[in-house]
Amino acid sequence: MPTVSMTVNGRSAAGEVEGRTLLVEFLREHLRLTGTHVGCDTSQCGACVVHVNGKSVKSCTLLAVQAEGAEVTTIEGLAQNGELHPMQAAFKEHHGLQCGFCTPGMVMSAVDLLNTNAHPSETEIRDWLEGNICRCTGYHNIVKAIQAVAQGQGG
Amino acid sequence: MQNFTYHRPGSVEEAVQALSAASDGTLMGGGMTLLPTLKQRLASPSDVVDLGGVAGLSGISEDGGKVVVGAMTTHAEVASNAIVTAKIPALAALAGAIGDPAVRNRGTIGGSIANNDPAADYPAALVGLGATVRTNKREIAADDFFTGLFETALAEGEVITAVAFPVPERAGYAKFPNPASRYAIVGVMASTGPAGTRVAVTGAGACVFRASAMESALGGGFSADALSGASVSADDLNSDIHASAEYRAHLVGVMARRAVAAAG
Amino acid sequence: MTDTGIGASVRRKEDNRFLTGRGRYTDDINRTGQAYACFLRSPHAHAKIDGIDTGAAKNAPGVIAVLTGDDVAADGLGGIPCGFAPTGVQAPHNAPPRPALVQGKVCFVGDLVAMVIADDLNQAKDAAELIQVDYQELPANVDPAKATDSSTTRIHEAAENNLYADWGLGDKEATDQAFAQAHHVTKIDLINNRQIPNAMEPRCSIGEYDQADESYTLYTTTQNPHVTRLLLAAYVLQIPEHKLRVVSADVGGGFGSKIPHYPEEALVTWTAKKVGRPVKWTAERSESFLSDTHGRDHVTRAELALDENGKFLALRVHTSASLGAYLSTFGAMSTTYLYAPVLSGQYIIPAIYCGVTIVFTNTAPIDAERGAGRPEATYLVERLVENAARETGIDRIEIRRRNFIPEDAFPYQTPVVLAYDSGNYAPILDKALEMADRAGFETRNADAKSRGKLRGIGFCTYIEACGIAPSNVAGAIGAGIGLYESAEVRFAVTGAVTVFTGSHQHGQGHETTFAQIVADRLGVPFDSVDIVHGDTARVQWGHGTYGSRSLAVGGSAIAVACDKAIEKGKKVAAHLLEASVTDIEFKDGNFTVSGTDQSKSFGEIIAAAMVPHNFPLDEMEPGLDQRSFYDPKNFTFPAGCHICEVEIDPDTGVVKIVNWTAVDDFGKIVNPMIVEGQIHGGVAHGIGQALLENCVYDPESGQLLTGSYMDYCMPRADDLPNFNLGFTETPCPHNPLGVKGCGEAGAIAAPPALINAVIDAIGVDIDMPATPEKVWRALQSRPQAAE
Ligand SMILES: Cc1cc2nc3c(=O)[nH]c(=O)nc-3n(C[C@H](O)[C@H](O)[C@H](O)COP(=O)(O)OP(=O)(O)OC[C@H]3O[C@@H](n4cnc5c(N)ncnc54)[C@H](O)[C@@H]3O)c2cc1C
Ligand code: FES
Ligand code: FES
Repeated sequence: MPTVSMTVNGRSAAGEVEGRTLLVEFLREHLRLTGTHVGCDTSQCGACVVHVNGKSVKSCTLLAVQAEGAEVTTIEGLAQNGELHPMQAAFKEHHGLQCGFCTPGMVMSAVDLLNTNAHPSETEIRDWLEGNICRCTGYHNIVKAIQAVAQGQGG
Repeated sequence: MQNFTYHRPGSVEEAVQALSAASDGTLMGGGMTLLPTLKQRLASPSDVVDLGGVAGLSGISEDGGKVVVGAMTTHAEVASNAIVTAKIPALAALAGAIGDPAVRNRGTIGGSIANNDPAADYPAALVGLGATVRTNKREIAADDFFTGLFETALAEGEVITAVAFPVPERAGYAKFPNPASRYAIVGVMASTGPAGTRVAVTGAGACVFRASAMESALGGGFSADALSGASVSADDLNSDIHASAEYRAHLVGVMARRAVAAAG
Repeated sequence: MTDTGIGASVRRKEDNRFLTGRGRYTDDINRTGQAYACFLRSPHAHAKIDGIDTGAAKNAPGVIAVLTGDDVAADGLGGIPCGFAPTGVQAPHNAPPRPALVQGKVCFVGDLVAMVIADDLNQAKDAAELIQVDYQELPANVDPAKATDSSTTRIHEAAENNLYADWGLGDKEATDQAFAQAHHVTKIDLINNRQIPNAMEPRCSIGEYDQADESYTLYTTTQNPHVTRLLLAAYVLQIPEHKLRVVSADVGGGFGSKIPHYPEEALVTWTAKKVGRPVKWTAERSESFLSDTHGRDHVTRAELALDENGKFLALRVHTSASLGAYLSTFGAMSTTYLYAPVLSGQYIIPAIYCGVTIVFTNTAPIDAERGAGRPEATYLVERLVENAARETGIDRIEIRRRNFIPEDAFPYQTPVVLAYDSGNYAPILDKALEMADRAGFETRNADAKSRGKLRGIGFCTYIEACGIAPSNVAGAIGAGIGLYESAEVRFAVTGAVTVFTGSHQHGQGHETTFAQIVADRLGVPFDSVDIVHGDTARVQWGHGTYGSRSLAVGGSAIAVACDKAIEKGKKVAAHLLEASVTDIEFKDGNFTVSGTDQSKSFGEIIAAAMVPHNFPLDEMEPGLDQRSFYDPKNFTFPAGCHICEVEIDPDTGVVKIVNWTAVDDFGKIVNPMIVEGQIHGGVAHGIGQALLENCVYDPESGQLLTGSYMDYCMPRADDLPNFNLGFTETPCPHNPLGVKGCGEAGAIAAPPALINAVIDAIGVDIDMPATPEKVWRALQSRPQAAE
C-alpha cells in the first residue's frame, strides 16, 4: 500500500492509503476531519472544496497520493486562534448558510476567489460559484457575504 | 472505484514505460474526467500513470510565431497567462469558461483533447485556430487529431506533450452551455489568420467539425453579417433531452455570429 | 424589542459549528467496529427476478454478509409502512406491500435488490459487482396519464389498472351547474414537472445493536426521528418503541425527501443485530437521484368558469398524479389533502371540484417536496387566472382584485374544506406592485425591445395552508399520526434553560429562533437557552419538521411550556414574596407584586424551585420544568404576492430573471433574517422547477435520464437574481405567537410568477421547465414569428 504525507492545516499528516483513496477520504476517514463534505459523485457540487497549495480543488476528484507533499487547507484550518476567518464571519453575519452542508466548500471557494480577484463584481462572484451548489440559500446571502468581505466589512 | 497501482513518473519516457508494463494502464492528466469515470466504475484500469510529476509538460511559451501550451497546463493557467491573453484572447476566454474554478485549477489541455468529449471546449479551439498537437512521437494537425466520438488519432502509448497554436489575426469563441453540466451544447470558434478562415463547432455533433458553408461565407469578409445566410444541417447533429438536433443547428448559426462578433 | 427577542435578526447560534467544519452530520459519525453496507439496485424499471446468485459475493474479500429479499422474509421483517391513506376515495385504496428488499420483482430503476456488508466500503462495492441477478424484463410505464390504460403492464398484484385510488374533493354537481351558466370558461392543460428534491447532504444511516439491553440505535438523516422510530419499530422490526433510539443530529437539508421512512434505514438497523456490528450506509449522489423520494409529477386539466364581470364562478380540476412505484410514507398526502384544499387561492370561487386519479408508475416513489401539493395547486390557479384575464381582456391585476376574498370576509370558508382564519390580500398586492415598479414596466419593456430582447412580467398571488396540522383534521383526512407538537423546558439550578423540541432543524435555524422565543417569553438571557432536537432518547416526542409547521406548531408548544413555567413561577413568587398569586405580575423576566417594587427575577425563582429550602412543598412539587403538547386549532394561512420580470433572448430562447419582488404575510416574524433566507431558498427552489429542473425517465425503458448533476439542472448562483423582499403582517389569531410559517412559500409562489412572466414576454403558453429550446420553439410557433 502506498504511503502518503502532506501538511494539513499546518500539521504534518501521513498514512497508508490505497491508490484509489481520494483526498476527501483521507481527510474524512483517516484524519477524521469531517468538515469537508461529499455531496455528489460527478465532481460538480463543490461540497468537498479544499485548498491544495493555496488553490481551490475538489477533494473528491483528487487522489490522496496526488497531494503528496502538498499544503492542504480545509475548513477546519481557516479559523486562527479561535477567531473566525473574515469569510466565515461574513457568512454568519449575512446568513450565508442554512443547513451548512455546502458551507465548507462554499467558504473555501469564496476565499480562493478573493485571493484570485480581490474586488470581484457581483457577476464575477456568481460565475465563480458555478461549481458550488447550495440548495438552501438561493445564493443571495452568500453573494452578500462575499461582497462584504471584498469591501472590507465582513463580519 | 476499483483499486489500481499508482505511478508518478518523472519523465515522459518513464511514463511510457510504466504504461507499457501495465496490463491495462491509463495516463492521468488533471484527473477531472478520469477520476469521475473511475468512481462511477465505468472503467477499471490496472495502473494509473500520473503525468503530474513529469518535468516540462506544463507551461506556455512563444515559439516561432506560435503559442505553445504544454499538455499539463491547466485551464486556469491558459485563462490567465499573459502570452495567451495578449496573443489569442479567444483561447484564454474559452479556457476560462471551462467547468468551474476548481476544475480549471486541475484540468489540463492534454487531458481534455485526449478525452475528446463531444461537448468539450478545447477541440473547437484546436480546430478553429488550426493548432498542431505535439506528442512524444510526432506532430498531428488538429484537423486530423479528432477522429470521432471520444476518439483521437493517438496511438497506444502516445503521450501528448504540447499544443501549438498559430496566432490568428482575429478569433472569437461563443459557447451555449448545457444548463446542467455547463459543457457546450454548442460552442463555436471562428478565426481568420495564418491557418485560414475557420469555423469549428463543438457540442453539436459526435465530434468537433468545421462548418464549411460558414467558412466560405466568411471568405468574403470576416463579419457576423456575412454569416446571415449560412447554416449547418441538423441531419447528423446530436439530439438529447437538453437540445434537439434542429435546435442545435439553429444555435450553431447564432453562436457562429456571436463568435465572429466577439472577434471584434 | 430587545436585540435578541422576537423580531430581532439574531445571528444564528448554530453557525459557528457549521462554519468551522464541526457540524455533526450523520456521515460524520463513526461507530467503533462499524461495517459498511452498499446496495445492489435494479438496473431495470420493471422486471421479474428469476434468481439471485450471491455465492461469489459472499466469498469476496472482507465480506460479512450478503442479503436478499429471502432473508428479509425469513426473518419476518414487516414491509415499509405508509403513514397516510386518504379518506374521500371513490375507489378503494389499493396499497401494495413494499418489502425492504425486493421479493421476486423490481418496480423501478434503483429498487433494492440486495445488500452487501463488508469491512470497508470498497470491498462491499467490489463484492456487489459479483452478484448475479436473473431478470426477466417487463414493459415499463413512467407516465401517470397512461398508468391506468388497459395496455399498460400492471405493476402490483394488489393494484388493478395501476390505480391506487380515485379521489375527489368538493361539490361536483354544484360545480358542473356553475359551468353550465358560465359566461366564459378558461381551460388549461398542465404538467407539473417531476422534481428531485436534492438536499445537498445525501442520505446516510448507521444501525447499531446493543446486546446488553437488546436495544437498537439508528443514526439517520431524517426530518422526523420520532415518526421514523414509530414506523421502524412498530411495523418493520416489530419491537417496542423504547427498544429503538433514533438520532438525527445535523441534517444537510431535507425539502421533504427526508420525511419518509426508507428501507435502507430498516436494513442497516436489522443487520446491525444480525452481523453483530454497527452497519453504516451513505448514499452516493447517483443513488440519491434514483432512490430519494421525488416530488410533483401531475398531469392536469383545469377549467375556470367566469361570469360577464370577470367574477369567478367555479373551478373544475382533474389530475393524474403519480405515487411512483410504491406508496411512500406520506405519498398520497401531497396528491390529495395538501393539494385540492388550496385550490381556492386568494379568491372567492363559489364552487370547486377536484378529482385526482392516483396511480403507480415504474419510477421512484413520490412524497412531499417543499410545498407538497400546494405548489401544484397554486400553479394551476395562477396560470388559469392570468389566462382568463388575457382571454376576457381584463387586466391581470384587476381580475385578481375583483375576485379577492375581502378583508371583512374572514374567517372565510372555502368550498374545499379549509376555513381561512385571517388574511388581507389587497395591501400585499399594492405593496408588491409598488416595490416592483409595475408602473415603470412599459418603459423597461421599450428599453428591452430596443436591445432586441423580449421582456415580460408575471404575477402570483398565493395562499398557503401550513402549520400542519390539527390532529382531528389529520385523523379525518387519513393520517396515521396526530400532528401536534411537544416541547419540554428544563431549568438548571444556575439558571440555564434547555428546551427539548419535537421539531427538527435541517437548515431552518431553530436553535436561534426557538431560543429567541424562550428568551422573550421568560425574560432570560438568550445565551442561557439551548435547544435540543433530533434524538428520541432526549426529546420526549415529536412530529418533526415539514409543512412549514416548526414555528407555528413546534414554536407554539415551546411558548405554552414557557407559559406553564411562568404560571408555576408566579406561585413560587407569591410564596417567596408573601403575596397572593393573583397579585403577581410577570414581565421582562421579573415576578412583581403588583403596585409594589417587590420582585423576584426568573433566576431566583428557578433557584427557589430547584433548591426548595423555602418552598410551599405541601402545595407544590419542587422544580420548574414543564412540558407541553400543543395541538393547533387550525392550519395557518400565509399569503403573498410574487412578481417576476424576465428578459428573453429571442435568438436562443434563454430566459433571464431580471427582477424578483416578493411581499409575504407570515403573521408575526420572530427572526427577519432567517425568514428572508427561507424566502430566498424557497424562491430559488421554485425558479428551479419553472426554469431548470426536470426529472426525466425514458418513456420506453424507464431509465432515469437525469440521474446526475450533469443532466438534472440545479439552480446555481449565476442562474438567480437578487431578491427584493417585503412583508405585511396579519397575525395568526389562533396560536400563541401569532405566527404562520414561511418555509415553503417561495417554492409555491415562484413557478407561476415566472411562467406567467415568460408567457407575457412570448405571447404563447409554455410548460415547465421553460428551457431555452422550449422557449425558442414557442417563439417559432407564434403567428407573428416572422416579425
Ligand atoms: C464539473 C466539471 C465540469 C467540466 N466542464 C467542462 C466544460 O465546460 N468544458 C470542457 O471542455 N470540459 C469540462 N470538463 C472536463 C475538464 O475540462 C477536464 O479537465 C478535461 O476533460 C480532462 O482533463 P484532465 O487533465 O483532467 O484529464 P484526465 O481526466 O486526467 O484524463 C482524461 C483522459 O485523457 C488522457 N490523458 C490525459 N493527459 C494525457 C496526455 N498528456 N497524453 C495523452 N493522454 C492523456 C487520460 O488517459 C484520460 O483518458 C469538466 C469537468 C468537470 C469535472
Ligand atoms: S463532492 Fe466533490 S464536487 Fe461534489
Ligand atoms: S446551506 Fe444547505 S446546501 Fe447550502
